Amino acid sequence: MLKNFEPNKIFVITSKATKYVRGLFFIIVFIGLIEALILSPEDYLQSHSVRIMYVHVPSAWISLGIFSSIAILSFLILFFKNKPSILIAKSLAPSGLVFSIIALVTGSIWGKPTWGTWWAWDARITSMLILCLFYFIYIIAWRIYQDTEKVNKVTSFIALIGAVNLPIVKYSVDWWSTLHQPASVSVFEKTSIHHTMLIPLALMTAAFALFSLLIFLMKYNTELIKIKNKGLDRL
Amino acid sequence: MYGKKVKLRFIFLSSIFLILILSVFLILKSLEENVVYFISPSEIKSLNEIDNNKKIRVGGMVKKNSIQMSQNTVNFVITDFKNEINVIYSGAIPNLFGEGKGVVAEGFLNDRSYLKAKKILAKHDENYMPPEVKEALEEKN
Repeated sequence: MLKNFEPNKIFVITSKATKYVRGLFFIIVFIGLIEALILSPEDYLQSHSVRIMYVHVPSAWISLGIFSSIAILSFLILFFKNKPSILIAKSLAPSGLVFSIIALVTGSIWGKPTWGTWWAWDARITSMLILCLFYFIYIIAWRIYQDTEKVNKVTSFIALIGAVNLPIVKYSVDWWSTLHQPASVSVFEKTSIHHTMLIPLALMTAAFALFSLLIFLMKYNTELIKIKNKGLDRL
Repeated sequence: MYGKKVKLRFIFLSSIFLILILSVFLILKSLEENVVYFISPSEIKSLNEIDNNKKIRVGGMVKKNSIQMSQNTVNFVITDFKNEINVIYSGAIPNLFGEGKGVVAEGFLNDRSYLKAKKILAKHDENYMPPEVKEALEEKN
């Protein structure tokens, strides 16, 4: 399936999928926002400013998730010359960049009323900024190089270097003393967020994931059209 | 399954990747002093020498019943439940600052048990819950 990459056939599927993903996104984001802004309770300590969490945390998760996906795809591109991965990785990057910026900005807005500062050079925040810069470098690299062979190698290599930063972002709060609090939600341990607050968090994460899927599909379709315009049937 | 070329590429790139991880690890290890955002009162106690002109950050819990507010200065004690340090501060106080809560104070050491803070930041923990749940938890204890 992956060997015969035919833009025409894929385009038929992805252009239809956009419509459904968009519909689902609007439904989930509508319910999610009502839950997050109206129905969910205020925090015992932070009162209403806890609602920033419902944007901040999903954005951070998704920007980490997208970079992880780009890194895995880049691994396939570099080692196995897997052609379909190239366009997928390229199309994933813009929404990842946007969500990493949202995570930084909302974190800053949240930090002022709770911690008392807009910015702190602690390990979590700095490594998140580095992730954001890697997204920038990755996207700029796609624009700089014209030669197909070269651009694939350079961008994939940047993604692999950036992958080293991912565990640092994730575990910085456990490895070093940081101003940022440790993780509240974990796969293996009991979550320290009350379930009434966990519901909007889950819904907003789903909504943001659908949004990045939507942006991905639109970008991916554009890339497919570009290939078609060049008169190539396969990559 | 894969040709010699793929194998060579694999060895080449994974060795670069390993070297990269190792070097990042070593860099972070050697910069540990700068990577940590604050140090604990116990670490201050164990410092060999103190530099009165070097800005440092001390973090821990605000000791219960230690906050003394006067006109425009605040006195409180940061504890890590082993050692303590007195802090004097004047200026804006973050919302979440309070007794029994986490705090990071940035300023200059007078001696090993006295810090003149220029800035204080409230440190938040990972627990989120509605006020009613908090009350119920407190009643239980």
